[in-house]
Amino acid sequence: MSDERPKAASLSHYAVLVALALVCLGPILLMAMTSLKVQADIFASPSFWFFAPTLQNYRAVLVEDSFGRFLGNSLIVASVSTVLTLVAGAMAAYAIVRFRFRGRAVVSWATLLLRSVPLAVLAVPVFGIWEQFGLLNSLWGLILLYTAVNLPFTIWVLYGFIAQIPHELEEAALIDGCGPLRVFFAVVLPLLRPGLAAAAIFTFRIAWNEFILALVLTNRATRTLPVAASLYITDVGIEWGKLMALGVLIALPPLVVTLVAARQIIAGLTAGAVKG
Amino acid sequence: MKQILDRLSPYFLAGPAVLVIGVACLYPTLMAVRLSFYKWSLGDPWSSAQWLGLSAFRQALTDPAVLHSLIVTVVFAAIVVSAEMVIGTALALLMERQVAGISLFRTIFIMPMMVAPIVVGMIWRYVFDTQFGPANALLTALGLPAQSWLANPSLAFLAVVVSDIWQWTPFVIIMVLAGLQNLDQSALEAAQIDGATPRQVILRVKLPMLMPVLVITALMRLIDAFRVLEVIFALTFGGPGSATEVLPLHIYKTAFVGQQLGYASAISVLLLVVVFALSLATLALSNPLKDPRQ
Repeated sequence: MSDERPKAASLSHYAVLVALALVCLGPILLMAMTSLKVQADIFASPSFWFFAPTLQNYRAVLVEDSFGRFLGNSLIVASVSTVLTLVAGAMAAYAIVRFRFRGRAVVSWATLLLRSVPLAVLAVPVFGIWEQFGLLNSLWGLILLYTAVNLPFTIWVLYGFIAQIPHELEEAALIDGCGPLRVFFAVVLPLLRPGLAAAAIFTFRIAWNEFILALVLTNRATRTLPVAASLYITDVGIEWGKLMALGVLIALPPLVVTLVAARQIIAGLTAGAVKG
Repeated sequence: MKQILDRLSPYFLAGPAVLVIGVACLYPTLMAVRLSFYKWSLGDPWSSAQWLGLSAFRQALTDPAVLHSLIVTVVFAAIVVSAEMVIGTALALLMERQVAGISLFRTIFIMPMMVAPIVVGMIWRYVFDTQFGPANALLTALGLPAQSWLANPSLAFLAVVVSDIWQWTPFVIIMVLAGLQNLDQSALEAAQIDGATPRQVILRVKLPMLMPVLVITALMRLIDAFRVLEVIFALTFGGPGSATEVLPLHIYKTAFVGQQLGYASAISVLLLVVVFALSLATLALSNPLKDPRQ
């Protein structure tokens, strides 16, 4: 596009970008700032910007309130369910792309439709079913549920990536005498790495952030970080410093991943909707 | 023998995913439908559940609390999705041009989406806190009277709307930017050669060409808006009164505060109908798992 006022245009362009960046980051920075304040500084408005930063709130939640255990639960649930989702999701996506089998249409439609089930709707029956299976209050119960909830989106994202792999590669391997399963593990899976990265980020983020199912399905010993944080929200006298410190601990891993892998996240967000 | 094994391989490949989705997603969803026909309270054994038939639905459809919650949900969804679509599309058109450092800005824009919803609720609860919150500090600094934001029904609703717009407008920006990159450049060039003004190019060429992406994005946002629960759980817990009690939160409260699991499931089925209808519309427009050979 020919631009008559390139300088002014790009200046206003950057002004929009910077303003928007401040809006996006502001609330997050506010949380980080508050987490470094003692209660007295949170209360006094003159010390909004100028205060002596302290890690006291972090020590209070991690050491005194033993949130280390809940941090551990969150890490286990999020990582194990991510690995399971990726393996099962990649296999299923490959089956849907490359094979015409009985039930293929049903599987793909059911998968896509179930993606939109509200988690509050799942919480009620799962509470009863997990109690029957002895999965209530166990980390495995949560892992199984997060794997199921994340599989549809993972299949959706990986489907697009697998469809782009040239079929000739697999045919060559088949002619060389590999069975379809071996073709999948030896040829397709290694080529899928960028897609797996995108799917892994989304799966981990959902499992790490999820609150309502974890609230219903865990107890004192198995609760995850978001559930533990919610217990600090009371009607009166919230200890904002401690609550914001927990907020930072929960928000930090996904934000760090964003810094490293923004491109994969955007690829995942737009998968299926923009090019499809 | 080998041929039989090869023909079974799609079932081996799809098997684990189908099994997990079946056990932990499909079966509970069907159970929710089944539970909606029963009167069953939290803590009672399932064997004592009492068959009600369709009467729970009749009750739900005439229950003022359910209808109020449905209205709150629909108004919330309509406001946030239209605001996010308009603001997001406008900003995407403004920042479309490739400039140095754009990837850094894009990284920043996806950050709100990555923060856990419960944490987003906590942040905005702090912002609108009557005593400590920056919202009141700002009002005071401007010489305006401080508000008790979350104790006022309209202001609490506004707080919930603001938190959603903050978190999800960037999603619309990212989607529209991706859509703009995929536009057919020759149509844009043709419009310019014909002497179209930048305004005409946007209104007559770009927006019509973007329409499929805009429709899908709006539908995806609508589905999510009908599922919002966690941000509101932390921000207002549906209050004051039931001013911000959206359907998912009403379902949670009916089941785990009111202990009526059966009735909560009947309300769940109403929500499922809405969400599945939106989902089917999305899939009809763009099925991401469509057969590549068709």
